[in-house]
Amino acid sequence: MPAFTPDAVRAAAPPDLDLRLAAAERAAALAPPSPEDEVWRYSRIDELDLDWFVPGRADTTVDAPEGVHVAHGGSLDRVDDLDTIDVFHELNRAFMDAVVVSVPRGVVAERPVVVTHRVHAAGTAVFPRLIVDAAEDSELTVVEQFVSPDGLVALVVPRLEVDVAPAARLKYLGVNMLGGSTWSLAHQRALGARDSNTLLATVALGGDYARVRTEARVTGQGASTRQIALYYADDTQMHDFRTLQDHAAPRTHSDLLFKGAVQDQAKSVYTGLIKIRHDAKGSQAFQTNRNLTLSSGAWAESVPNLDIETNDVKCSHASTVGPIDEEQRFYLESRGIPPEIAERLVVLGFFDEVLEQLPVGPLAVQLREQVGAKLARRTS
Amino acid sequence: MSTLQISDLRASVAGTPILHGIDLTINSGEVHVVMGPNGAGKSTLSAVVMGKPGYEVLGGSVTLDGTDLLALPAWQRAQAGVHLVMQYPSEVPGVSLDHVMEEALVARGRSTDGLDALLESEAARIGFAPDLLHRALNVDLSGGEKKRNETLQLAVLQPRFAILDELDSGLDIDALRDCARRVEALTNDTGMGALVITHYNRLLEALRADVIHILVKGRIVASGGPELADQLERDGYAAYQTGDDADVEPVTAADRPSSLDDLFAL
Repeated sequence: MPAFTPDAVRAAAPPDLDLRLAAAERAAALAPPSPEDEVWRYSRIDELDLDWFVPGRADTTVDAPEGVHVAHGGSLDRVDDLDTIDVFHELNRAFMDAVVVSVPRGVVAERPVVVTHRVHAAGTAVFPRLIVDAAEDSELTVVEQFVSPDGLVALVVPRLEVDVAPAARLKYLGVNMLGGSTWSLAHQRALGARDSNTLLATVALGGDYARVRTEARVTGQGASTRQIALYYADDTQMHDFRTLQDHAAPRTHSDLLFKGAVQDQAKSVYTGLIKIRHDAKGSQAFQTNRNLTLSSGAWAESVPNLDIETNDVKCSHASTVGPIDEEQRFYLESRGIPPEIAERLVVLGFFDEVLEQLPVGPLAVQLREQVGAKLARRTS
Repeated sequence: MSTLQISDLRASVAGTPILHGIDLTINSGEVHVVMGPNGAGKSTLSAVVMGKPGYEVLGGSVTLDGTDLLALPAWQRAQAGVHLVMQYPSEVPGVSLDHVMEEALVARGRSTDGLDALLESEAARIGFAPDLLHRALNVDLSGGEKKRNETLQLAVLQPRFAILDELDSGLDIDALRDCARRVEALTNDTGMGALVITHYNRLLEALRADVIHILVKGRIVASGGPELADQLERDGYAAYQTGDDADVEPVTAADRPSSLDDLFAL
């Protein structure tokens, strides 16, 4: 990956140069990931060649209400730990464009913060980083959108760091509206302190290969997290999710609902882990993943996992992969509804459970229309 | 005046022949009741007439005023004028009853003007909670609510012929009376004909039967007036059972009793 060198970092003359240089050096020393690695199993990572790309920048806009602080460019070492996760994590450190959104103690933001990243330049790799700090007893909704034109070959490597202080309520929605030739390798991490409430929501409609690794970690007693996602891949798209519900404190609660569909030649993968650490007694964790396969050539995989280190917990996971339920279809058809409309009702009904829980109502209406348009393009 | 004609209908499920030649002619406004023991083929008959997947027609015909229903997919049979009230209505998450009725009317080229008011008044008429009109179909509904829901759809769509597959299973006395009366009114007011499949004649207290047919092992073994139902109530099916136990309808998960009512009906 000759383009992503320490020299390239130096040329950009960013803040935190030393930290970035160190990250670029670590990236250069790492072996490229492979589907042989468990964490990249089922992925298309072996199709990616970083030589196709040069470092670039997305056009990022932020719309925020009164009382919420927005800073462009944040200090690298503030919320980032020094774990090396993978080469993309290090490249994000080295080349990131950071936006820091913070809501002060006790402040309830009156409307959502909307962060939009537009990728314009073909052949670029962009590394947006969004840092969200919700101070004690604050309340905030953040929407982050990723947009690129159809046919634009580009790579987006976003990273989200969310820190939710005691008793704060934070809702995040990430929306992938990337064109069908853009790759995305996203990593989200939320830390929930005592009695906090965190929602991490993702809607993935776009991209070529689009992966989201999303980690919700509760570190304080009584904290609660919820992760939801709607994904719908068509043509030759692939949506790939890795989820973690990590309980590191007693009496914590996590819930996850991921619903997806694949059609044409598209693929999806869901791999989820509930981890209950030794000192997380009295915790509850639930995980549900449901997938519709709408064409015979489409493929979906669902792999739920549990790792429980203590007793006195309540956990459940459920996962399904399959075509539209024959009984549901027949029920609607027996009412005189033609098959294509019956299927449309069932598929939109399937996704409504997630759409109703999205933190932004008007956007949900627009996303529902996009889901309907996608279904109308389906080939059997 | 319309006629639903079933002639020498033979059908199998999973390779096992269940119906061995059914003949039934139902005219507008008539109520024909098919009674029989478990496994006789009653539900198979309703499923085959409606076109449910998983059933194979081996021979015979089903026509509505001469139209060959067996040649049509289920949705076109419904549009032709046949409606199935299901014994176990499917749950359809995220799809509301009012939306389905709207789509069903639009698909028939019928107006949806006044649909909301119609739904409200039909709900009130049979004691269906109005907030359930906007909820997902059958999701988290009680047995009685599901059957009121089915009956309400019948009243909105007003088909020429209704097939009621054990409308009385899972229903309490009050709900049974409300639903049966509504069906009876449709036969009088709109001339709807009905093929009523049931185990026992409590349903017939509120729904006047014209003809009773007794179905045993895939064949109609007797037909007669309402007095036949009374005789069955007294003597059971023993007189109609033969020693041959072959070819009984397989008991599937959906056939297992789901309520006390079903247990009593066994």
